[in-house]
Amino acid sequence: MSDVTPISSRFRRGLWDDNPGLVQLLGLCPLLAVTSNFINGLGLGLATLAVMALSNLLVSATRRWIASEIRIPMYVVIIASLVTCIELVFKAWFPALDRTLGIFIPLIVTNCAILARAEVYASRNGILDSVIDGVVMGSGFAALLCCIGFFRELIGRGTMFARMDMLFGGEPMPGIQLADNGLLLLLLPPGAFLSLAIAVASKKAIDRRRQKSASFRLSI
Amino acid sequence: MSVLHKTLGIGSSPHVTSGDSVDTIMRNVVVALLPVTVFAVYVFGIAAALVLTTAIISCVATERFLGKLSNRPGTLGDWSVTVTGLLYGLTLPPHLPLWMVAVGGFFGVSIGKFLFGGLGSNAFNPALVGRAFLQAAFPQAMTHWNAPSASGQFFDIPSSTLTIPFVSPVFDSVTAATPLAMMKFDGIQTASPELFFGLTSGSAGETSSMLILLGGLYLIARKMMNWRIVVSILATVAVISGAFAFFDPVTYPQPHFMLLSGGLMLGAVFMATDPVATPITNAGCWLYGALIGSLVVVIRFWGGMPEGVMYAILLANAVSPHIDRMIQPRVFGVRRGTG
Repeated sequence: MSDVTPISSRFRRGLWDDNPGLVQLLGLCPLLAVTSNFINGLGLGLATLAVMALSNLLVSATRRWIASEIRIPMYVVIIASLVTCIELVFKAWFPALDRTLGIFIPLIVTNCAILARAEVYASRNGILDSVIDGVVMGSGFAALLCCIGFFRELIGRGTMFARMDMLFGGEPMPGIQLADNGLLLLLLPPGAFLSLAIAVASKKAIDRRRQKSASFRLSI
Repeated sequence: MSVLHKTLGIGSSPHVTSGDSVDTIMRNVVVALLPVTVFAVYVFGIAAALVLTTAIISCVATERFLGKLSNRPGTLGDWSVTVTGLLYGLTLPPHLPLWMVAVGGFFGVSIGKFLFGGLGSNAFNPALVGRAFLQAAFPQAMTHWNAPSASGQFFDIPSSTLTIPFVSPVFDSVTAATPLAMMKFDGIQTASPELFFGLTSGSAGETSSMLILLGGLYLIARKMMNWRIVVSILATVAVISGAFAFFDPVTYPQPHFMLLSGGLMLGAVFMATDPVATPITNAGCWLYGALIGSLVVVIRFWGGMPEGVMYAILLANAVSPHIDRMIQPRVFGVRRGTG
């Protein structure tokens, strides 16, 4: 059984139409907790992306031998082992980022977006398709984390891309400083909820506008 | 049906109306707030006038913009959003940068009112939502208090007022702690006459208890305000703080200081009585007022901030639907407990 959908439209689905964070509203706990700046969002997004792709690979590869009665615990074991690997990678190469993200890297285990992809896609599709699905959905999630992180950093602190050195190494980078300070609220927990609400609402508004113009074209 | 309708006048409730519309009530609230507003400008000068104007303009413009965007019938004509803007401006520190005032007004009306469905559906008082937003977003600017009746206040616009957005404001005026901050951090209790007439530092419209009470009495006399809420809040604050001051007069301030200082009067008279976000029944109003009063005392005595009226009212707003569910009036003709 092979997925015949072209890769571009699958990316479109992962990044927009079926975005795990924006549309399915899955994995909101890390999304709300770490996105106070762009680099945190990017770091956790990449970690989640890697875990999602690899867990889809392993789940798909072992799907014939996992009894369906105990599949969820098996998925959790697979995801947990992968998260441990990723955590060690972060500790080894990005220690500063690891310290900032803290508990939220181990907590990727409980990200229900990953479990959802394992259950609804990887457990019933081929290896290649599952990896693609993991990459597509993972990048959708990572893109959302980056967008919200960017937005909150810009409004809340008045900076853009601060501390990129945590991922790329080198001296601490202040990023692009646009203002002295911003609306502190955006950096606080309520700001996370407000930003997510704005993101979801904007997506709906854009979709509705597109639908309207599409039906308008059809009627002509 | 049409014949029946004509002869018997069938229609849905309400069958008895008071003749007051939203429009009349709101215009009367503006009249009641007029002395407070004039006094705010008298005490804090041109800065207060600019803050109040910006507050009203930002609220009205937001309402108009969102009403257009969502194709809802405009509610500009009924003055309600003007009252929101005026009340919001009166709760702000008079030297607050104007762009912050505008942002808070936009937030209060859009998130606090419009997203809930506009006038009549808002769960929280929109003016206080705007202020709470500013308190969380700009904690430093929101706790900067300038001295009342400063020299040249009617001619010089303070530099902080015209700060460019997202630049840290420079406050060049003489600062003065509010009576509540002096009490909390230095243990100094301001004299009551000063608090009553209002020549102290504080938010633009909160200083003069006398003029606020005057406006409140006007509205109560015209039966446009539920006096039970006001009485309940003030009585609760007086009783609880009085009990503490009786047993430990060194640590705790006297009840008359608690009543006259800070935003309690303005909050109790004009904010907590918002007809939308309050309970419907009279018993519910007593309970609601008592809840606000006790929260105010708790936050002032043991909280980190000197003032807590805003949070007390917002919390009680959140509880008021539950109060309504708890206290339901007996349906006519049905014995209590059997319905």
